[in-house]
Amino acid sequence: MFKVLISDQLVPNIHFLKIEAPEIAKKALVGNFVVVMVDEVGERIPLSLADWDTEEGTITLVVMQVGTSSRKLAGLKPGDYLFSVAGPLGLASHLDNFGTVACLGGCYGIGAIFPLARSLKKLGNKVISIIEARSKNLLYWRDKLEQVSDEIILVTGDGSSGYKGWAYDPLKEMLEEGKKIDRVYAHGCTFMIRLISEATKSFKVKTLVGLNPIMVDATGMCGVCRVSVGGESKFACVDGPEFDGHEVDWDILAARKTVYLEEELRSLQRFECQQWYFEEAKAIGVKL
Amino acid sequence: MEEEKKTKPRVKMREQDPLERARNFMEVPYGYTPDEATQEASRCLTCLRPTCRNGCPVEVEIPSFIKLIKEGKFIEAAWKVKEKNALPAVCGRVCPQEIQCESLCILGKKGEPVAIGNLERFVADYEREKGEIKIPEKPKPTGKKVAIIGAGPGGLTCAADLIKSGHQVTLYEALHKPGGVLIYGIPEFRLPKVMVEKEVEYIKKLGVEVVVNAVIGNLHTVNELLNEHGYDACFIATGAGLPIFLGIPGESLNGIYSANEFLTRANLMKAYLFPEYDTPIKRGKKVAVFGGGNVAMDSARVALRLGAKKVYLIYRRSEAEMPARKAEVHHAHEEGIEFMFLTNPVRFIDDGHGNLSRVECMKMELGEPDQSGRRKPIPVKDSEFQIEIDVAIPALGTRSNPLLLKTIPDLKLNKRGYIVAEEGTGMTSKPAVFAGGDIVTGSATVILAMGAGKKAAKAINEYLKWKFWDVSSLPA
Repeated sequence: MFKVLISDQLVPNIHFLKIEAPEIAKKALVGNFVVVMVDEVGERIPLSLADWDTEEGTITLVVMQVGTSSRKLAGLKPGDYLFSVAGPLGLASHLDNFGTVACLGGCYGIGAIFPLARSLKKLGNKVISIIEARSKNLLYWRDKLEQVSDEIILVTGDGSSGYKGWAYDPLKEMLEEGKKIDRVYAHGCTFMIRLISEATKSFKVKTLVGLNPIMVDATGMCGVCRVSVGGESKFACVDGPEFDGHEVDWDILAARKTVYLEEELRSLQRFECQQWYFEEAKAIGVKL
Repeated sequence: MEEEKKTKPRVKMREQDPLERARNFMEVPYGYTPDEATQEASRCLTCLRPTCRNGCPVEVEIPSFIKLIKEGKFIEAAWKVKEKNALPAVCGRVCPQEIQCESLCILGKKGEPVAIGNLERFVADYEREKGEIKIPEKPKPTGKKVAIIGAGPGGLTCAADLIKSGHQVTLYEALHKPGGVLIYGIPEFRLPKVMVEKEVEYIKKLGVEVVVNAVIGNLHTVNELLNEHGYDACFIATGAGLPIFLGIPGESLNGIYSANEFLTRANLMKAYLFPEYDTPIKRGKKVAVFGGGNVAMDSARVALRLGAKKVYLIYRRSEAEMPARKAEVHHAHEEGIEFMFLTNPVRFIDDGHGNLSRVECMKMELGEPDQSGRRKPIPVKDSEFQIEIDVAIPALGTRSNPLLLKTIPDLKLNKRGYIVAEEGTGMTSKPAVFAGGDIVTGSATVILAMGAGKKAAKAINEYLKWKFWDVSSLPA
């Protein structure tokens, strides 16, 4: 179980994995995530499902390389096995025919909005997909998203492709022009989805965001993923991960995401050193 | 001769020095040697009508196994225990024997009861170390299939009993390792994980299929298990659920862990071995644990072993009301945990960067008894004071976890969200579905969950014979 079928770099730092997981694929719903452990000493990390194929029995993950766990994931080769994949987890997205819907994605979130856009389109919505990256060479899945969107807007921080600025800029422009947008979905880093939520708030456009706090068991048992939504404490793993962006206490969420920064750096440094030793040893033919 | 029997003291189990052990994760007691075990067993009067057995939720043949120890037949003694108890190495360590079997021992009336728990532990360890694990002969297959949800003490016990009756048993576990609270909750120094792994190994050898990473409810629903996967019955033993927080300002600050999270990181994910293991944990210098149960004691003692200079155990009632086992409280005291009774936290204060820096507490006094029969703590006016801490761990128990239950709409729950199940059988309002352990009773003990697993196994056996479902006696 959990054999890696495809492992590819999509763009620098963002990795694509197709994993054999027939039972999870069979039950996956839009908005679900899985918890993954690469090896026996690994962390349990939550990752949004970027796609799945019931017939093929596979799930697709898009991973941004940040710390040790994501580096390990990106280092997997076809034929390798993951130690553990649990899911599908979390509540499914609330989907319907709302009218016009904007799906915004940045970094790993571009992967997460793909199944969302696909289902929304199928339900009869007019789908506008807006994808954001620092620069042109970091945008991915444009072709995939084009097939499930009525309109696609590219946004780059340096203006090398499409719109220059942040994902919320074109959205805000549309709203200011009086364009009717009935609902917004946003996936990506906390900073980005926060700015999007703040941008849509005064226009009173319901904005659903996929939160990605730290998790351990991801079944409601540990409570580390608690977020304050509308003044209430919620567990992102069982009450989310999708919440109303206008209700989220972003300051708490942002602070909680940085709790292990020091430890993550230490772990990564150790991991990189080890990798370097392995490479060196391999190069000179020494067995470790 | 009579006189000598009465006064012979219990053989104490040797332990690691408190100050030394407070800095390592090795087990606290060393266990009996064969001589010590024989000596302790010889204290047993082999009563004609033994009462100790009645105190055991899984009905271990206590006098018989002690007699075998007396005769030096240690392996046979282990097998005798295992006839009724699939997890003896675990129970010998974590059962509250002082309020169960040992409380009924006749010797306890005038002195100390026989150390039944220590002896159980001894035989289990002896058998494992000698490598003479006996696998009972496989019974004739009945052709019936049972799914058990949750591989904690209740699920493991039920699985072991059902497989011995010849049914095909699948044990589903949501986490990546079976064992439930034995793996994620109880720390290494109280229950070495290798013991749990060995006991699970034994249950697998009996023929139980263990499926990890299986979040039942999401991956398969109970109806799918019964209707599509061909299971004839289902036992729900998902255990304790969502952690309860204090509900005071500042509880989202970094450095505040539910006891579940703190212990899961340390035990299941082995964060105490970070960075060899990837999961981190904050090594607080000054730690406050809130609560008075066994989980609070475990959390405090783990924090100490992670290198804390000071660990406060803050409890709103007095020592007499603490629900933790006396032995655990004693161990915590010895290791230098500072107890603050009649004290309740009011708010957490940050350092300006989202990290915990202090907790404000209030003094309490005891008033009239409440529903639990314990005297209710009442805040003392103007008694606020602050303590400097960098890690806080509320250990206040759990609420029912709805993840699985909400996918079974026809299952009757009580007003606290736990499953309504018949006492003694575990039968629920839904035909073919049994339940037991913490998901029925709320937070309790390992052995009570095992007792529930055992009773459910008996009832499932009966049900599979007759397929008869009468739950008219279910509590309203």
